[in-house]
Amino acid sequence: MGNHSDGSPNHSGTVATAGQNEVEKFQDPGIPPHRLRLADTDPKAAKRAERQVALLFGSSVVGTLIFLVAYFAIDLGDDTSIATIRLQNALLGIGTAFAMLGIGTGIVHWAKALMPDHEVSEERHAIRTEEDRLAAVRIVDDIVEETGIKRRPLIRNTLLGAVALAPLPALAVFGDLGPRPDNTLAHTMWAPQDGKLKRLTRDPDGTPIKAADVTIGSAFHVIPEGLNELHEGKLNEKAKAVVLLMRLNPESLNPSPGRENWGYNGIVAYSKICTHVGCPVALYEQQTHHLLCPCHQSTFDLTQECKVIFGPASRPLPQLPIAVDSEGYLVATSDFKEPVGPSYWERDEHERNRNA
Amino acid sequence: MKALSQKRRHPLAAIALLLMGLLVTGGLYAVASTVNQAKATTSTNANDAEEGGKLFAANCATCHGMGASGSQSGPSLVGVGAAAVDFQVGTGRMPMQMNGPQAYKKPAQFNEEQTRQLAAYVASLGPGPSIPEAGLLDEKGDAAAGGELFRTNCAMCHNAAAAGGALTRGKFAPALAGVSGQHIYEAMVTGPQNMPVFSDANISPEGKRDIITFLKQIEANGSPGGADLGSLGPVSEGLFIWIAGLGVIIAFTIWLTSRTS
Repeated sequence: MGNHSDGSPNHSGTVATAGQNEVEKFQDPGIPPHRLRLADTDPKAAKRAERQVALLFGSSVVGTLIFLVAYFAIDLGDDTSIATIRLQNALLGIGTAFAMLGIGTGIVHWAKALMPDHEVSEERHAIRTEEDRLAAVRIVDDIVEETGIKRRPLIRNTLLGAVALAPLPALAVFGDLGPRPDNTLAHTMWAPQDGKLKRLTRDPDGTPIKAADVTIGSAFHVIPEGLNELHEGKLNEKAKAVVLLMRLNPESLNPSPGRENWGYNGIVAYSKICTHVGCPVALYEQQTHHLLCPCHQSTFDLTQECKVIFGPASRPLPQLPIAVDSEGYLVATSDFKEPVGPSYWERDEHERNRNA
Repeated sequence: MKALSQKRRHPLAAIALLLMGLLVTGGLYAVASTVNQAKATTSTNANDAEEGGKLFAANCATCHGMGASGSQSGPSLVGVGAAAVDFQVGTGRMPMQMNGPQAYKKPAQFNEEQTRQLAAYVASLGPGPSIPEAGLLDEKGDAAAGGELFRTNCAMCHNAAAAGGALTRGKFAPALAGVSGQHIYEAMVTGPQNMPVFSDANISPEGKRDIITFLKQIEANGSPGGADLGSLGPVSEGLFIWIAGLGVIIAFTIWLTSRTS
């Protein structure tokens, strides 16, 4: 083989010089010559590498000590400031990093610089012969024969039964990931309870809101009355029932027929759950009357009953019909007229049932 | 020191400590309240409204109209109150440099006295929110309650760490670090530009005090996790870990596979 590293073109005539009738074979170039490291020849360099490894291991020890000191010496009492927590977090992180990196880099450096580095080449296994394959088939046949599974259907059938039943516990366990939400997604806490209309209350303290409190340009974050008193499933209920309450000039609103009474003197309430994937839509621009979802920039126009004017949401935000009770507090006259939030498998069916 | 530490369990130690604490807080309060008094006496100057009227005619009437009744280029300011003027002029947003999606914060063009005079003039045109009392801006409210109110009412636009965020079509909610408590309070009661109004009927004055306390506390203490990379979430954090984190991993792989000399 010629030396091709000079970049000269590879002429076909120069390759086949070994013999006119022989098929050209790739020659094994062998292992390149072993190059000794500095530490192999120079005892000073070896000593230096040894010290470097020791230094790396030492830095690991220091890192561990930093961690322990930060953990035990920095006292986090009731009146700890965030600055103290930050200091401790930083020291714990730096300590752990040095403790781990010191050991890791030390071992690698040790192996690379000092441990023997002789090169070994392993021969490839010979390709398996036909006899081997036949022997394997014989073994399988022997097993089938000796177990007698063909002759003993009782054993075979009970085994099949046992294997078929064994995954059942897994089914039961995964079943606990449920239950299916069924109809719960279609209803919220706003539905009147025992004929009593639910009041609109402030998030988070749950105090009721008077219509007079909602000045033009205001935005209230609203939860249903009684949510804070729930003992179970409070977060699930809140996730469905949160509402944004706003007041505009009544002339700016353009309610469609049948929805004229859903607001009160320009006060309107809309579900805060985006119809795209359920982020809270609460970025209200009081001059443009746009509601913006922070996750995917779906924009809803309040003056057009929260029609989608930009972004991936497919439906307007559901409106909560509101009125004022005898004491002047805002109440929801009914639940939302459609399921709130993003689409789900049975949503159309639930909406049909609601309107039927 | 030893004598002190021996006597710390003395029955009178608690009383002594209490007295010391009272003296310190009382002293601080006295200093603070005299400052407030000075402010209060100057803000009720009868000439202020008159002087403010002249300033208004000279600087603001082009857009807001004579008598602040509004024009094609600017809204009427009757009834916006002194708080709105103090916020808009005090943060330099007004006079506006040019028309755009949003007025930017810039160095104030009027000094404190002129701002006060303008505010007094606009307040004299019709009732509106007034500049908050110093007692509501003392940053001594309940920071935890303020944090809850902030996360419910403000965080969606201004970011949970008050680092600000984008709105539609070039508008944005500004970062709140470095904004004075007075301006934060005024922004809540007046709802400048596209910010909704958070009147006292929505968030009580004490609630607003709590929010300011919370904001000043997180501003003073910073992030418990160290460098917050602007508190902008996955954008800055992702950029950092993709470049710095992957860079470190690549450097280590090169080192691992390289031969030692």
